[in-house]
Amino acid sequence: MSGGDNVTDPLAKTPAPESGGLMVKAERVHKSFGRLEVLKGIDLEVRQGEVMCVVGPSGSGKSTFLRCINHLEKINAGRLWVNGHLVGYRQQGGKLYELRDREVSAQRREIGMVFQRFNLFPHMTALENVMGAPVWVKRQPKDQVRSRALTLLERVGLADKAQVYPSQLSGGQQQRVAIARALAMEPALMLFDEPTSALDPELVGEVLDVMKQLALSGMTMVVVTHEMGFAREVGDSLVFMDDGVVVEEGTPREVLANPQHQRTQDFLSKVL
Amino acid sequence: MTVDDDVEKGRPEAIRAVPVRHPGRWVAAAVVVVLVAMFINFLLTSDALEWPEQRKYITSDAVLRGVRNTILLTVAAMIGGMVLGTVLALMRLSANPLLSGAAWFYLWFFRGTPLYTQLLIWGAIGSLFPTVGIGIPFGPEFQTWQTQALVTPMLAAGLGLILNEAAYMAEIVRAGILSVDEGQQEAASALGMSRMQTMRRIVLPQAMRVIVPPTGNEVLSMMKNTSLVAAVPFSELTFTAQTIYASTYKIIPMLVMACLWYLLLSSVLMIAQYYIERHFSRGVGKNGSARTQRIRFRGGGGGQ
Repeated sequence: MSGGDNVTDPLAKTPAPESGGLMVKAERVHKSFGRLEVLKGIDLEVRQGEVMCVVGPSGSGKSTFLRCINHLEKINAGRLWVNGHLVGYRQQGGKLYELRDREVSAQRREIGMVFQRFNLFPHMTALENVMGAPVWVKRQPKDQVRSRALTLLERVGLADKAQVYPSQLSGGQQQRVAIARALAMEPALMLFDEPTSALDPELVGEVLDVMKQLALSGMTMVVVTHEMGFAREVGDSLVFMDDGVVVEEGTPREVLANPQHQRTQDFLSKVL
Repeated sequence: MTVDDDVEKGRPEAIRAVPVRHPGRWVAAAVVVVLVAMFINFLLTSDALEWPEQRKYITSDAVLRGVRNTILLTVAAMIGGMVLGTVLALMRLSANPLLSGAAWFYLWFFRGTPLYTQLLIWGAIGSLFPTVGIGIPFGPEFQTWQTQALVTPMLAAGLGLILNEAAYMAEIVRAGILSVDEGQQEAASALGMSRMQTMRRIVLPQAMRVIVPPTGNEVLSMMKNTSLVAAVPFSELTFTAQTIYASTYKIIPMLVMACLWYLLLSSVLMIAQYYIERHFSRGVGKNGSARTQRIRFRGGGGGQ
């Protein structure tokens, strides 16, 4: 299955993909942590406006793949494009150049990310959490950012919690602030890394509602999740990953109702 | 039993029991009372303390100059130590083995030798490096100065304290940075913040909560350690007291007077530390403010 043979030479020349309508394009993406190969050749495409749900057992590499998309993890082989830009590298004359920190940061600005553990900044109020990045990173005027941040907090149903610190919010409220914080950078793509896995069951719904609203507004989303109901209702496509490869891909209805592979059937029979 | 039952049948009688007696505590308390009375009696009646002599000098120009120098040295050494210590902490956390190795060596030297000995060396720095100059390493020098003329006692004392303090502050800052959850840096990176921005806006403010309490300790010990710069020599508070009793022979009164000044300064520092800690505990605890901490502070003060 693994083995170095099928690993792409990172310096090999690959034709740039047509970016028309494509938000994410992954070509034979490999990722190892030391000797452990976590991604063994991922090929995926996410169209603009598409909501892709990624499911699979823990350790299947789905979170790692998500983190590769905004270069929180460096891929070892293959190619990954977001919005037509090669992630983390610049290709020039058949050679790859690592991007400087500043350039990587610039790429990340168009990608929002929501974490399983929220990762709100605890020393800042909800409003300050949302305002921080646009003010410091994009250097937008504070007044303008403040009114936009308040609108975003209202959109996630937390207008009354603007002046409150994260420790005073429930998990569901914290995650909604985290979504507003990511949206404040006006990203073209949103990544969700198991956004409801750390929540008490009765708080899952409020976060999924916000995500559904976001999907309806046309945002391109890649969602790693265990919420099959959400995948069926909101997802445009469903990807099943296991052991570092994409086992099955299709519309949620197809994959959930009629899985083609034994591994998919086994997994779904356990979670559905 | 539900609340309704309670209302129907009325509240049961409140418990009135004879409390447990603690004879051991009474004996201990009595011993303490006697000791305190003896101490107060000593303060009031001892001839050795010579309160009038102390009153004569405690606000004299020489002593006030010594106090000013102690404060100056403490402030300069702590600010310099924090800045250099933060640089050293970042070096130790660097992925570059040369940088982290150099920082490790620095800590090894300055934490491994006594401050008093270091200060003695600073006092004799002219014999270690007769001249200092600007030039090309191992090459010609463009400008050269006599060290003895350049390094005043104040500068020698300050540098000695700063370099020593930086070694300790480096470890405190490093522990503070490591105490911040990794997810915080990831979230900041994912928002497109640079490393510097992440450090300044996200990591260090949170690390401060861990950094401030031990730093408060450092300021207190620094304030007292300034008395060691008598080794340079430089006339701060203790050295001034020594100078005075060298001519008046009133040793104990002058030393007690110095202690009173140190106690006053450290009391001010402790109050300042309380407010600084309160500032950096923003967002911690369910109330999100320092209210819980204030209650704990009071509770601690009136402890039983």
